[in-house]
Amino acid sequence: MNNKLSVQHLLGIKDLNKADIELIFSTADNFKDVINRPIKKVPSLRDITVVNLFFENSTRTRLSFELAEKRLSADVLNFTASSSSVSKGETLIDTVNNILAMKVDMIVMRHPKVGAPHFLSKHVKSIIINAGDGAHEHPTQALLDAFSIREKLGNVEGKKVVIVGDILHSRVALSNIFCLKMLGAQVKVCGPLTLIPKYIEELGVTVETNLMKALQWCDVANMLRIQLERQDTKYFPSLREYSQLYGLTKQRLDSLDKEIVVMHPGPINRGVEITTDAADSHHSIILNQVENGVAIRMAVLYLLAAEKP
Amino acid sequence: MQQKTILDHHQFEITIKRLCFQLIENHHPFNNTVLIGIQPRGVLLCNRIVETLHSLNIENIQSGVLDITFYRDDFRRRDELVKASSTKIDFIVEDKNVILIDDVLFTGRTIRSAMDALLDFGRPRKVELLVLVDRKFSRQLPIEPDYTGMAIDSIASEKVKVQWKENDDIDSVIMLTKDE
Repeated sequence: MNNKLSVQHLLGIKDLNKADIELIFSTADNFKDVINRPIKKVPSLRDITVVNLFFENSTRTRLSFELAEKRLSADVLNFTASSSSVSKGETLIDTVNNILAMKVDMIVMRHPKVGAPHFLSKHVKSIIINAGDGAHEHPTQALLDAFSIREKLGNVEGKKVVIVGDILHSRVALSNIFCLKMLGAQVKVCGPLTLIPKYIEELGVTVETNLMKALQWCDVANMLRIQLERQDTKYFPSLREYSQLYGLTKQRLDSLDKEIVVMHPGPINRGVEITTDAADSHHSIILNQVENGVAIRMAVLYLLAAEKP
Repeated sequence: MQQKTILDHHQFEITIKRLCFQLIENHHPFNNTVLIGIQPRGVLLCNRIVETLHSLNIENIQSGVLDITFYRDDFRRRDELVKASSTKIDFIVEDKNVILIDDVLFTGRTIRSAMDALLDFGRPRKVELLVLVDRKFSRQLPIEPDYTGMAIDSIASEKVKVQWKENDDIDSVIMLTKDE
């Protein structure tokens, strides 16, 4: 097995290969062990400074990255666009070059524009990790989702995964599709047709509009949030109707003749895409996903930082 | 590449036995002593010592394995990244006598990392070091073993390899020298 990633930045799952993902998983296994010890910290990145550049709101991802960085003993800088000179008209490259001038080694960036981290990787000299770019990719989320499936079911290959909800606006969906397909899973997307991109079949996934049929087919259901903040027009009549047709309830889970695993990348809109009793049921691995997120991000940071400067 | 056996399987067995007797002398009845093998090859030696102690009717040995990858001092300084292995320490290290075990002691840097890693599990009462082969005059840090299987003089270009029945079908220590 390889012990080096084939990439210098983590911009998207699309740029990785299967060996990269397996290396990230096996490294994350070791880090998961570390974060369950009494002293949850190793000194690997002690001579590295990481900046978390968030041009878009985030709780989970930012905390998870920050914790991963601290568990690796890196020095951490946090930057949120709302309280910065970006509002005074500074360009992205200028902002980043100013930060890098202070001897920062790695950048974790979330940006509302698709391709922002790719653009940055071509114009600045630093290691870049994409923590979500618009509706494009969210690679660490896909990695932790697949890692959680592997942990729960033993393997990802051959498993049937349905991604339910707002596929059109979801970077989690796209990264998940790339990652799961690469690992040999079968993927279906489910939701109202208005929220399913045209030509999505070309990525090797199937489309289902009936939630019960999709649930009956799958081993794992990944429930996505309706991203109202990205929707510029009405895609369905009402949230109430959406939740009646596509909301996951305990009743729906119990009516299946098998056990399925329920996932959610968060934040949950309880009562919309998933009800409280389904989200908190024994089917759910939502909180395991959060725990695994730290281990996966530690693995990504560690493996990317390993390159000789 | 020239190959020279410096410890054959017979001497190998005697050496392991002697190391066990030395441990017994200092630590019997092992109530407060634990053995920790350093990944990957110290683990094989640790297992062999536990086995041998069992054969000498000492049953209650606690042992664990320690991976030092994340504590290395050459991260970002070497070309090839070292792959991490697992750590398994199922007991409390606090206030114990810990015997750290590795196959070959060379620069001392692995042991430095191992001590760092070990301290993250608690504060041992005492830490001792057991190695099968001590390559003298090659230390880069002030670290010396408490129990030594054999000490050899070697130059940096030579390689010392411990072979194990489990992996290599034979127990032996060999020295590899590059051809002139």
